[in-house]
Amino acid sequence: MLVSYNWLKDYVDLSGVSPEELADKITKAGIEVEHVHKLGEGIKDVVVGYVKSCSQHPNADKLNVCQVDLGSEEAQIVCGAPNVAAGQKVAVAKVGAVLPGNFKIKKAKLRGEVSEGMICSLEELGIDGKLVPKEYQNGIYVFGDDAVVGEDALPYLNLDDYVLELDILPNSAHCLNMIGVAYEVAAILNRSVNLPDPAVEEDQTLAEQKIKVSVEAADAAPYYGARVIENIRIEPSPRWMQNRLIAAGIRPINNIVDITNYVLLEYGQPLHAFDYDHLGSKQILVRYAQDNEQMTTLDDEERTLQSSDLVITNGKQPVALAGVMGGADSEIADETQTVLLEAAVFDALSVRRTSSRLQLRTDASQRYEKGIDRNRVVPAANRAAALMQSIAGAKVLKGIVEQGEREVAPHTIDMPWTKINDVLGTTLEADEIASLLQRLNFNANIAGEMLHVEVPPRRPDVTIPEDIVEEAGRIYGYDHVPATLPEGESTRGKLTSYQKKRRMVQRYFEGIGLYQAVTYSLTTKEKAQQLTIQAQSEDQLVELSMPMSEERSTLRMSIVPELLDVVRYHMNRQIPNLKLYEIGKVFTAKQKPLTDLPLETEHAAGALTGLENIQSWEGRQQPVDFYSVKGILEGLFEKLGVLDNVKFTPAERDLLHPGRTADISLNGSAIGYLGQLHPSVQKEKDLNDTYVFEINLQALLEENVPETTYRDLPRYPSVTRDIALVVDESVQAGDLHDIIREAGGSLLIDIKLFDVYQGEHLEEGKKSLAFSLQYLDPNKTLTDKEVNKVHENILNACQERAGAVLRN
Amino acid sequence: MKEQLESLRNEALEQVNSAEDLKSLQDLRVKYLGKKGPITEVLRGMGKLSKEERPVIGQLANEVREAIESAIKDKQEHLELEKIKAQLAEESIDVTLPGRPVQSANHHPLTAVIEEIEDLFIGLGFSIAEGPEVENDYYNFEALNLPKDHPARDMQDSFYITEEILLRTHTSPNQARVMEAHKGKGPVKIICPGKVYRRDTDDATHSHQFMQIEGLYVDKNVRLSDLKGILTVFAKEMFGEDRQIRLRPSYFPFTEPSVEMDISCFHCSGSGCSVCKKTGWIEILGAGMVHPHVLEMSGFDPKVYTGFAFGMGPERIAMLKYGINDIRHFYNNDVRFLKQFKRA
Ligand SMILES: [Zn+2]
Repeated sequence: MLVSYNWLKDYVDLSGVSPEELADKITKAGIEVEHVHKLGEGIKDVVVGYVKSCSQHPNADKLNVCQVDLGSEEAQIVCGAPNVAAGQKVAVAKVGAVLPGNFKIKKAKLRGEVSEGMICSLEELGIDGKLVPKEYQNGIYVFGDDAVVGEDALPYLNLDDYVLELDILPNSAHCLNMIGVAYEVAAILNRSVNLPDPAVEEDQTLAEQKIKVSVEAADAAPYYGARVIENIRIEPSPRWMQNRLIAAGIRPINNIVDITNYVLLEYGQPLHAFDYDHLGSKQILVRYAQDNEQMTTLDDEERTLQSSDLVITNGKQPVALAGVMGGADSEIADETQTVLLEAAVFDALSVRRTSSRLQLRTDASQRYEKGIDRNRVVPAANRAAALMQSIAGAKVLKGIVEQGEREVAPHTIDMPWTKINDVLGTTLEADEIASLLQRLNFNANIAGEMLHVEVPPRRPDVTIPEDIVEEAGRIYGYDHVPATLPEGESTRGKLTSYQKKRRMVQRYFEGIGLYQAVTYSLTTKEKAQQLTIQAQSEDQLVELSMPMSEERSTLRMSIVPELLDVVRYHMNRQIPNLKLYEIGKVFTAKQKPLTDLPLETEHAAGALTGLENIQSWEGRQQPVDFYSVKGILEGLFEKLGVLDNVKFTPAERDLLHPGRTADISLNGSAIGYLGQLHPSVQKEKDLNDTYVFEINLQALLEENVPETTYRDLPRYPSVTRDIALVVDESVQAGDLHDIIREAGGSLLIDIKLFDVYQGEHLEEGKKSLAFSLQYLDPNKTLTDKEVNKVHENILNACQERAGAVLRN
Repeated sequence: MKEQLESLRNEALEQVNSAEDLKSLQDLRVKYLGKKGPITEVLRGMGKLSKEERPVIGQLANEVREAIESAIKDKQEHLELEKIKAQLAEESIDVTLPGRPVQSANHHPLTAVIEEIEDLFIGLGFSIAEGPEVENDYYNFEALNLPKDHPARDMQDSFYITEEILLRTHTSPNQARVMEAHKGKGPVKIICPGKVYRRDTDDATHSHQFMQIEGLYVDKNVRLSDLKGILTVFAKEMFGEDRQIRLRPSYFPFTEPSVEMDISCFHCSGSGCSVCKKTGWIEILGAGMVHPHVLEMSGFDPKVYTGFAFGMGPERIAMLKYGINDIRHFYNNDVRFLKQFKRA
């Protein structure tokens, strides 16, 4: 809502309050003033001039040479506007004047003729071209006779005004009109409101002889009133009205249309003027449209209607979309002589449905949707009729032809007045509370414990006691509300064990050099299904019904594909060393179409490429490989106390290297994978060797892990024996490890693989694995004999189950 | 014999003095003081001496032996010292060369901001409640006093999956869930951090995915002044002890009264600068007293309970705190960006 400071002065005394101060006060009271626009900003030395003579430029067809009286002086000005003529009063930028954009006017010679200034168009004076009335669009602006030659031109064009731009939220729709703003400002300044007095001198002829009004859909149109106005002369509206419309961001059209817009801005009551002679009948019938009924709206669009759309008809065809837009057939035209003026109340929801379905948001629909002041419908109709009389010389027929109640009673709210203090934490007295509400022109009375408030219909947003608390509070000012601490019972704030563990996981990854990434949950349908922990079908995808783009259309089922995009981003910027992790949710539909919320699971994923270590002057370069990533995960599992229950098994997965990928399971159920990207994928994405992992963090963190308990330190020495085994190269170290662990029994307390060898001195197709085995009996010192026995068991088991031979 | 001993002493001392390493010193010790050495020999030949000469020569022999022993000892200490010095000189390194880098990374700045806020509110007795990112229309809107067709739904254009299921547009739905779980019995003191989604085109100030932290406090006799008090603590902790706060009336469907909280500009301390758009104040968050319909729908009796709620954007807070000028940085994950928050 654009509020003209000069216009507002019609209703509230603003003396002593500058536009900036006013903006600040309005903002503090709850409606944000986004900008204060100073009209005529940057303009200097533009005066009213009188064109004494105007003749064609001797050397240029399209230029005129004008002698212009500027009051104290006379100037010759070369002007190219097609509408310039002798006898006009015009806006002249004198030599030395400045126009918007710091455009300085200098004395010049144009094709040999001296030009001492410039005759201005409205656009040259900084008015948005979209708001310039049609008659001045292709030329200079022309004043009426009242303009005094030599005077500053800006006040005549309201370019000495300020416009406050209000951000209207759904609860402040009452400020979508000047009178509403006046009530608000009056309450803030604690001053009174002066309303216009819409008295109409009616003609003797009865309007009801010209028109009949009936409403079939009273639920959606609780009031419909029509006035008939004759003897209209269509012409531009007077300058003051054009100025105000322009300040409010509305382009002047002609006197009748301008009056309806002006009253809309002033009262917030949408009005519609039909050309009576083009209505096609002498009756108005308000009803719901039929499905597929057609009508052409003012913007010349053919609209197909539905039975939920409310329409104004002439008894047969629709002539307007109620509260949204008029029809093209009965539009006001230059020849219009008789006007049917509609002033009606339409249901907010009904207007909203139609306007949003047709994507047709108008000044009228916007106000109906947010709720209008029911009691202003008749004053607004009268105000418009009176203006038509005084401006367009029209004859207003007697009476308003109407259906429905003109006025509604104020909404009343009864509440204990102490509730205001209880909710705000203030210590206001009863009479202070009443006077705060009276400033808003709410009728407020205190009777004992109770506060009785009559809320005027212009404030449909105020319905419950809490709204009264807010109104009193904001007028009182929240600056005056003290800052206290709650007095209720104290509670213990803490992280859940899951949240604690998750923080630990973050710190673990970061502590070993993985940066935390946060990527988008929405991705492409294709990427959503890639590199998931478990095979997913398309039915499990969660897809948006109306995505903004294919790129962000589907919720991810895995994080790694997003991290790979981040890796690629870095490769494109020549950053080859990267270690990232992310913790976030992935989404799986339980059914399609979705009837329950999808399954959301928290995952942790990582992507590593380039060097394992940070390169230093020593030149040590250790590239990231499978085992660096596996080590990271093993360290994590150990930290979470689940390492012994985790198993890595060789796996083949789409997009990953078939020989360098492992599935991870926890107590036998799949919880993730790690691996290198398939070389062809790396090539296609232009990546170096890149290793990734994804684990179901939620399963991992929700796993029941026994509390840490202290174990006595060994009192007896342990015995360490090394064993080197030669096996077929197909034998997996993990299998051998498991065999040793099983055969070792309780005395074997630790197994470390310390060497893997293949090559010289070994038979082709064989490899040697060397383990360091630690034995301990917590109750006594082990003898060689006892150790030998277990060690032999292990060797035998390895021979039998893995074909291992002791390496000599 | 006397002369023999004297010359022995001179010869030995000279040789000890000129010994260059520990090995030759050891050889000299064997040569002069060993069992087959000349002094032993002299002592052995004492039998041939007269009674008077014997103690004189004996004493002299001992003196010579002690002199040589002591010379060897001194020399040995000296040579050992020399050896250590040489070793130290050889082992010296350039201590100004950089150390071997230790790898350590850090939180994403949004996580850092969220964790800081979480810890602050945990200290005030709040718990952290997390909920689904895909929500029912009921929890996301209706339970928050935003029935279908409510005009304020325009303020939050959303990503729907079905007519009833959407990506949450704020983390408030979780407040409704937690209140329901409390079955009408307070106090409820939670903050809800998490990802939210809105139909915005990504640019320097908009992101279709962003973070939100919402707080809720429901109990008997909770007042707007308590909200002001808690938010003052928050502002001072996050932005500095000198911060002041200001509440401005605003509108949210789920609170009544609703307010916006501004803090005094930490950049110019209120005198006006580009950070605060010359107003001296910076808008930080929205808040208000929980709307009675919201309490009621979640099973709390608004005649008995009141509460306050607030919601803020970690991106905005991080942008203000660190002077970040483009919200897309948070989601690009450029490691040169992430690295800057080592201390976060
Ligand atoms: Zn500032």
